[in-house]
Amino acid sequence: MIHKITLFVASLLFTATIFASPQIQHWETSNGARVYFVAAPELPMLDISVVFDGGAARDGALPGTALLTSAILNEGAGDLDTDQIAAKFAGIGAKFGASAERDMALVSLRTLTAEPVLETALATFTTVLTEPTFPQDSFERLKKQVLIGLLAEKQSPAALASRAFYKNLFNEHPYSTMPSGEESSVTNITLDDLKAFYQQYYVTKNAVIVLVGDIEVDKAKAIAEQAVAGLNEGEAAKEIKPVMVLEKAVTKKIEHPSSQTHILMGQPGINRTDPDYFALYVGNHILGGSGLVSILSNEIREKRGLSYSVYSYFRPMRQLGPYQFGLQTRNEQAAEALEVMRNTLIDFIKDGPTEDELNAAKQNITGGFALRVDSNSKIANYLAMIGFYDLPLDYLDTFKDEVNSITTMQIKEAFARRIQPEKMLTVMVGGEAQ
Amino acid sequence: MMHMLNKIKKSVWWLLVPSLALVWWLFSAPAVNSETDTIASSETGVANVSEYQLDNGLKLIVKEDHRAPVVVSQVWYKVGSSYEYNGITGISHQLEHMMFKGTENLGPNEFSQIIAANGGRENAFTGRDYTAYFQTLEKDRLEVSFRLEAERMRNLKIDPAEVLKERDVVSEERRMRTDDNPKSLLREAFNSTAFVNSPYHHPVIGWMSDIQNYSLEDLNLWYQKWYAPNNATIVVVGDVEPDAVYALAKQYFSPLKPEVTAILKPQLEIPQKGTRSIQVKAPAELPYVMMGWKVPVVKTADMAWEPYALEVLAGILDGGASARFARELVRGQEIAAGVGAGYGMFSRLDDVFTIAGTPSQGNTVAELKDAIRIQLELLKNETVTSEELARVKAQVVANDVYEKDSVFYQALQIGMLDTIGVDWKLSDAYVDNVNKVTAEQVMSVAKKYFIDDGLTEAELVPIRVNEQTMEKATGESHDS
Repeated sequence: MIHKITLFVASLLFTATIFASPQIQHWETSNGARVYFVAAPELPMLDISVVFDGGAARDGALPGTALLTSAILNEGAGDLDTDQIAAKFAGIGAKFGASAERDMALVSLRTLTAEPVLETALATFTTVLTEPTFPQDSFERLKKQVLIGLLAEKQSPAALASRAFYKNLFNEHPYSTMPSGEESSVTNITLDDLKAFYQQYYVTKNAVIVLVGDIEVDKAKAIAEQAVAGLNEGEAAKEIKPVMVLEKAVTKKIEHPSSQTHILMGQPGINRTDPDYFALYVGNHILGGSGLVSILSNEIREKRGLSYSVYSYFRPMRQLGPYQFGLQTRNEQAAEALEVMRNTLIDFIKDGPTEDELNAAKQNITGGFALRVDSNSKIANYLAMIGFYDLPLDYLDTFKDEVNSITTMQIKEAFARRIQPEKMLTVMVGGEAQ
Repeated sequence: MMHMLNKIKKSVWWLLVPSLALVWWLFSAPAVNSETDTIASSETGVANVSEYQLDNGLKLIVKEDHRAPVVVSQVWYKVGSSYEYNGITGISHQLEHMMFKGTENLGPNEFSQIIAANGGRENAFTGRDYTAYFQTLEKDRLEVSFRLEAERMRNLKIDPAEVLKERDVVSEERRMRTDDNPKSLLREAFNSTAFVNSPYHHPVIGWMSDIQNYSLEDLNLWYQKWYAPNNATIVVVGDVEPDAVYALAKQYFSPLKPEVTAILKPQLEIPQKGTRSIQVKAPAELPYVMMGWKVPVVKTADMAWEPYALEVLAGILDGGASARFARELVRGQEIAAGVGAGYGMFSRLDDVFTIAGTPSQGNTVAELKDAIRIQLELLKNETVTSEELARVKAQVVANDVYEKDSVFYQALQIGMLDTIGVDWKLSDAYVDNVNKVTAEQVMSVAKKYFIDDGLTEAELVPIRVNEQTMEKATGESHDS
């Protein structure tokens, strides 16, 4: 009894620190898919995702293949056609999604857990995932929609800048193309390309299953087993080749009839298991990753009113993902804004952060840790990341300590070693100064 | 940044929020133009919601959600672009920006620095009918939020030099969101055509010449007029104890003096007497068309069931992949690259029910409009099937659960309803009210409101940019 009271008092004093990360349970299905599960009994719903190493980085000569493969799954499966699949999910309020980024292809479902809703949702999900029929007419329509999407990109300076940024940052590397592909490649993709892509990458040895919701672990095991029982075991996708760093500074200017110039600047950054991850992450949080209180926001927006949004972020991927800086400003002041952004980075590399800045960043990151895992969807995203990139199961448990261990010297040293402002890519999309 | 084909299918209808979807875009940036206030959920019961009022008129609504040790705190003011008049359009949004730039006791940006140092996330958004400020924090930091929000509720100090700088920032925001975005430009022109004398005529962010001419005095007057405890509601959702929150609110907000707030003129939209059609030419690749009909909302409806029937109707047309638009226009006839329906039942004044889309390659805007009209005629002449009704209702029931995955969204629902002057408890009845809608009622609102005399159409005529766009590879650069 005394113990209990003592614990209770302690918990009042340390509410912020005793908060535990979600308890992750991990196992493999009998056919080799890795499963990550967190029980969340508070709401009568379940999120399930199956993540494959089958993103756009696997597109090869035909960019757009991964995206179209993920998009055609719910166009026909088993005995069901497009309308029937849509009606099955909608009739019970379930939400199905399929997407392809560069690294991941992700097939997901959100459903209520009351029966018979759950059973219907899972049965349909399993059919779509494991028995797609690749209908020809759907394929033609999806291609047209992707092509229209590519046209829509051309009326957006932000989209044009992003495409040019990846193209020139990654050059010959598979990361250089957009998941939506290119007009020529999308036109040339055939249904057989999609089938082959599915056969190779939608296999259990290449899959991670994520479950978060109101089910017991035994039920989670049965669901995971059933969801991928119909997939081939296959093999894990081969490693993607390393990203080459830029040899010299490159500037690309694209004329666009807009009143603003969108500026992106950057270089290849870090991968998901990078030893410098925390030093660079915390350092960048100070420089441009913390919204209105970052150094960049202070220099560009607060002091000079040059841009509504300015940021920098590392996007860690399987191989080196981009380290990206961005802002938009009216054409007349594009050169000035770029110079301020560059100089801010150069000064940060030279001086490093102050102790005060580092302390503020640590307080911000660790003091708000609970906010990172306060919903089922956020937890599911973390599980997908941990599973896909093979991060340790205690990644969330050790996250705060890792952040707190970083010193100003480590940040300064890591930035000096890894970040080369003199070899950056700069993309500018916009109109002439008036 | 997920790359979802869904987005392509829907062709970026992100501002035309389908009526059964989350207003996710509200969360993404400061000062969002909330052109469509959509809400679609109910609470499971009022047992976990407590309501208080301080002597100075400040309202406090606390909802317990003990899933995670976090709390969201939102301060809602009854002021937004629909409170503005010509010459100072967008001033509510500009003032929202100034609320981060210093008070009697806080320097510029210090508010944000303190929240950040406490592990918090914060931002604000302005809509037609409200301005709201929010922080999400670990639960034991709620005091920080109250202390700072109380300070800027009455003690804002607007620095003239900061006004000039922040006008530039907002001008850049307008260029980014509207001037360089052909669909946003069209939406702005559409609203200013559909609404003649209703203040929904002008954009939330304001016209550019108004933005560039706000004076210090304009901003001070606007602040004095609307920022007071008796014109605000605080909504707190999270792992908290309601009476403790009330005590904390009393501690920080009780000392604030109430204000005599202005009485709004009704500004009731004049009746529309015929179709209005406009075109906007802009640099773009794809045509786009918006159609909108004047409709009542919950606040204004003479017959309380009508907004719910319109809500169901929106779900019949555009409630996911099995709804009529996706099934018939995107898939069946393949006449639309994307098409969506938008109806927000919660606003202060009468609104429009909008349908907007991009024709498929090879189809024209006229063909897409005809196909949409045929769908509307079907709704007028045939009752919707029981399967369709059941589907929309199942989606509403499920969404009601899914939305509880976010404390922020739960607070948003309460705050928005209360601020537009609708009893927030009405959200409890939302699922029931949708469930009561009959096929005959859907037909009835279709016949009553989808009439040509109440129609506004706006067409984006693209001036192709790809021919003008060329890449100038300067290769090796001046950088050193």
